Amino acid sequence: MSNLDIKLKVDASGLACPLPILRATQGIKTIAAGELMEIVATDPGSVKDMDAWSKATGHTMVEQSAGDGKFRFVLRHK
Amino acid sequence: MTAAPADKPKKLVIICYSGELEKTWATMILASTAGAMDMETTVFVTFWGLQTFVKDKKRITGVNWMQKMMSFMQRPGASHRKLSKMNFMGMGPWMMFQLAKKYNVAKPKDLLEMAQAVGVQFLPCQMTMDMFGIKREDLIEGMGEPVGAATALQLMTEADSTLFI
Repeated sequence: MSNLDIKLKVDASGLACPLPILRATQGIKTIAAGELMEIVATDPGSVKDMDAWSKATGHTMVEQSAGDGKFRFVLRHK
Repeated sequence: MTAAPADKPKKLVIICYSGELEKTWATMILASTAGAMDMETTVFVTFWGLQTFVKDKKRITGVNWMQKMMSFMQRPGASHRKLSKMNFMGMGPWMMFQLAKKYNVAKPKDLLEMAQAVGVQFLPCQMTMDMFGIKREDLIEGMGEPVGAATALQLMTEADSTLFI
């Protein structure tokens, strides 16, 4: 699907709101500007939430996909 | 693909007035998420809400008998909140936590810690501390300096969004 250079992978599968967002925040702190974080969640609410988080924090949503009940988001640290 | 970030962070103020479990839960979810979204978040903790921020292991707070009675009848601490309805003498919260565990929903106490970790400010109400006899050392670590209504109102007028929970 893509061959992005993912610096950090966060697995938020099975977690409910607001944990996926909190995991995203904790994760993005550990990577540097320009680096990519991939986060996977199963909570359907996380789709809109990640978009909102991305807009609010300025960390760009590079890619997002869904399949097998999982939602995958790739974000770039601003 | 997404908009450029705003220059100034958005400000959120939550007046944490209630102490019931479901209300505390809402406060902590909103506070921790706002903090995670880089919103400058302040929670003004007053009245029943202040009981939530007493250390879990502190069973009785207060100086005089009425204050002590209050804490005896309604145990302080984030882990001891009651539901506003269907409390069933403790069965209600127990069931809530069972459901939370099953659906991987974080508990209010954990969300409180996460909120503090992302920079949310929790300010205790000085007046409530005096009236309920709750001292600084009774409260959990990491709270801001006690403030009053004027500070709360100042924060509210400057905030982008204010909530009364």
